[in-house]
Amino acid sequence: MKQWKRFKNSYFLHSFKRDRVAIVSFVVLLTLILLSILAPVIAPHNPYDTTTIDIMNAEMPPSWMEDGNPDFVLGTDIQGRDLLSTMLYGLRLSVMIGCGAVFLQAIIGIFIGMISGYAGGKVDAFLMRIADVQLSFSTLMVAIMISAIFQVAFGVGRYEQLAVPLLVLIIGLAEWPQYARTVRASVLGEKNKEYVEAARVIGLSSKRIRWRHILPNTMSPVLVISTIQVANAVMSEAALSFLGLGMPVTKPSLGSLINSGFEYIFSGSWWITLFPGILLVVFVLVINLLGDWLRDVLNPKLYKG
Amino acid sequence: MKNKLIDIRNLVKHFDISGGLLEQMALRNGRIIRERTVVRAVNDVSLFIHPGETLSVVGESGCGKSTLARALLGLYPPDGGEIYYRDNRIDGLTQQQMLPYRAKMQMIFQDPYASLNPRMTVQQTLEEPIVFHNPSISGSEVKGRVAEIMKQVGVDPKWGDRYPHEFSEGQRQRISIARALMVDPEFVVADEPVSALDVSVQAQILNLLMDAQEQRGLTYMFITHDLSVVRHISSRVAVMYLGRVCELAPTANLFESPGHPYTRALLSAIPDLYDHRHKYIKLKGEVPTPIDLPPGCVFHGRCPHADGRCSREIPSLNHQGSEIYVACHAIEEGRLK
Amino acid sequence: MDHLLEVKDLEVKFALRMGDLTAINGVSFTLDRSERLGLVGESGAGKSVTGFSIINLISKPGYISGGSVIFEGRDLTRLTNEGMRHIRGNLISMIFQDPMMTLNPVLTIGTQMVETLQAHMDISRKEAEDISLEKLRKVHIPSPEKRLQQYPHEFSGGMRQRIVVAIALLTDPALVIADEPTTALDVTIQAEIMELLLELCESEGTGLILITHDLAVVSQVTQKIAVMYAGKIVEAGQTEDIIDNPRHPYTQGLIKAIPDGRNPGARLNQIPGTMPSLIDIPPGCSFHPRCMIRGDICRHESPALKNIHGYRSMAACHMLDTAEKQAGANVTK
Repeated sequence: MKQWKRFKNSYFLHSFKRDRVAIVSFVVLLTLILLSILAPVIAPHNPYDTTTIDIMNAEMPPSWMEDGNPDFVLGTDIQGRDLLSTMLYGLRLSVMIGCGAVFLQAIIGIFIGMISGYAGGKVDAFLMRIADVQLSFSTLMVAIMISAIFQVAFGVGRYEQLAVPLLVLIIGLAEWPQYARTVRASVLGEKNKEYVEAARVIGLSSKRIRWRHILPNTMSPVLVISTIQVANAVMSEAALSFLGLGMPVTKPSLGSLINSGFEYIFSGSWWITLFPGILLVVFVLVINLLGDWLRDVLNPKLYKG
Repeated sequence: MKNKLIDIRNLVKHFDISGGLLEQMALRNGRIIRERTVVRAVNDVSLFIHPGETLSVVGESGCGKSTLARALLGLYPPDGGEIYYRDNRIDGLTQQQMLPYRAKMQMIFQDPYASLNPRMTVQQTLEEPIVFHNPSISGSEVKGRVAEIMKQVGVDPKWGDRYPHEFSEGQRQRISIARALMVDPEFVVADEPVSALDVSVQAQILNLLMDAQEQRGLTYMFITHDLSVVRHISSRVAVMYLGRVCELAPTANLFESPGHPYTRALLSAIPDLYDHRHKYIKLKGEVPTPIDLPPGCVFHGRCPHADGRCSREIPSLNHQGSEIYVACHAIEEGRLK
Repeated sequence: MDHLLEVKDLEVKFALRMGDLTAINGVSFTLDRSERLGLVGESGAGKSVTGFSIINLISKPGYISGGSVIFEGRDLTRLTNEGMRHIRGNLISMIFQDPMMTLNPVLTIGTQMVETLQAHMDISRKEAEDISLEKLRKVHIPSPEKRLQQYPHEFSGGMRQRIVVAIALLTDPALVIADEPTTALDVTIQAEIMELLLELCESEGTGLILITHDLAVVSQVTQKIAVMYAGKIVEAGQTEDIIDNPRHPYTQGLIKAIPDGRNPGARLNQIPGTMPSLIDIPPGCSFHPRCMIRGDICRHESPALKNIHGYRSMAACHMLDTAEKQAGANVTK
């Protein structure tokens, strides 16, 4: 109750209510996430259930067009799946992979950033050089290498089953240095503050000081980059899938859906690529807009001069 | 001789600020050499503190007074010298060995905004030290003790679930003092505790510190640059200049008849409310950097009484009778009275 | 004779989301040529805002909502930006607490001084350099020719502030406003800068408004003092009168709160509570919740700054008679 009251009077909520872009972005994002979570309930068809798919329905245009079928509002893809349903399931996969990958990045990054920033000296230099090396490989390069190796080692069949955790792992491993650097920078700023010295004078162990005193104070920038990183991870996943290295066509994510329609874009079936494309752009855009707003709120000094 | 609560002997603390190996490389006369940049913050400082007294350490910025305080509390490992607490050596102890002393020695900081964890409520901040040092203590006992100490420092206990930013500067400093008192310490280091505060609030905090000393028999080491505060609350004063103690004397003696030329200049610079336009002793030049200390007496370059010996030989802290110690060749030789 | 500066019923407000907050509420004072005034108060008293509003340099959301600032016969609050530029840095200059507020870190001292001069005077670079050298000598900077070529970071804190003083005096202004010029400096350097400021103002006949929280510093430098509390002047008068014979209970409390070394170890006279923030300035006399001698009237009616019977100072207090007894009682004790 008290927490709620505090939240109600906070600057956070106040500035949210004043920022129209933030409100719209938040509503759109919330809707998209709800749609994706509830996809099995609200989607008109189940694109994973091969028994309901009829190849005769392939490449049907959206329902408002001449050859459209009211059963398939946004038309169908080349395999005859309802595009709207496939998009909702695809968004669901993209969100899952994005959040999972960011969760993994955050765990690795926060841990390494905290150790690096607090210990300083040689440990810091060593860990940060590893981060530099990691960052100098692009995410796509790492992903291409890992998934190629995996597909050779385990075969394409296994790959299709394990695609989701594998993508989480690939994108998570490729981007942890973002977190490590951010956390390290704020730990460096926090660790010389007097409240940390006070904790040391009390005699607290450095482990407790790190996780109980310093960590909560480094969370604002982590929150900010998390939003951006989710957007980035969704984009990375889409890019990988587009290149055929991500989700298989049987379980398409937004990226693989865009890819699968890409070949037919000139034969007139533009909707297979366009609608998932718009959904992806809108999703990434609202996350970025929210991230910008969050950054302004949490760093008022930095951005409002 | 009175007994000593704290005894610091020949303490040295240097900071290597040269950075990584690459930054240390320098080209001299066509050869690559490795150069280290060392800040000599505290050099060969010896001090002792009697139980129940307030020893003030004064000096201008960069004189090493804060470093001395932090080295004494084991926040910085010293590079040389020894520190004794009631005749037990406490420098170089492990964290575990240091624990019993942690409950006896506490610290109050300068900045009432930075010294409290912004993400912890006052209650959490105050509970932490006592629960940490007495793991078996019951919850209600902890609450009672927190409330008692909050009342003592003049913060309403019902504000316990507020966060530090909801308090004024003066109240935050009271909470900071409460945290130090939670473990019932014997010795408190106060690092510029009133420098950031307004005069009327400063008086409140000084009164609170003096009351706490009276009630609990605390011993203070008071780090400050404000000489009028020093005069008011301390029993003895150590004056530091460039990492060295140049004079150590009972407060009354120091203010009435300062010995060391630097102390004289420092005291003359305090603006006096009732003495308009009094003359102050102007010093030549500027304070040298602690990276590149002058040889001999660190003050000789600015001292009106320096001679050849001062630029070669480091003066030691000499006893001048009744607890007065001065590190000055001119005084030792009787050139300066 | 006309005053150099006359601030009349100055009112400054801050437009915030909860409405307008009054930061300065009817401040009036005068300053004659070559006179030095100390504006004293604790943080939040509005002394810096007063200083900034004289040169019309209040940053948003603050604005001057009433009153006038008459400088050499002109009302500065009504001047255009263009007109103000002619005044600022030329006829009135400002010294800040942090020298780096004035100094540009990427330009040499010489460039900055020459540019300041050329902005206000039609002179050649050579002439401007000569004036700069002369001013640097006046603030006792050793080897000024060499120093002119150096960047601000090559100077120590005390030297930087001396250079700022030199820059402030470059155009021979009629008035210098110094906002906490020595707060960030060590005592020995503070003494140096203050002596310098005093010496230069005296020799050049420059007026000075010294804004500070430190009564002791003010007592060394200025002839007049105005004590501010919560956006108002509560007491004003000659320096020695204010220091030796304060009439307002706030000034009395403030002076007694300073440890002066006469009674080491004794409890200091503390004023309970803290300065109210702008959001909740109490009704009536804004000092009444912290005042020891408040009466009923203090809760409802805001006292005006008026002459005190039998004294030269002015004070804004309903209970001056009681305050007098209080002061007397303290003397006998």
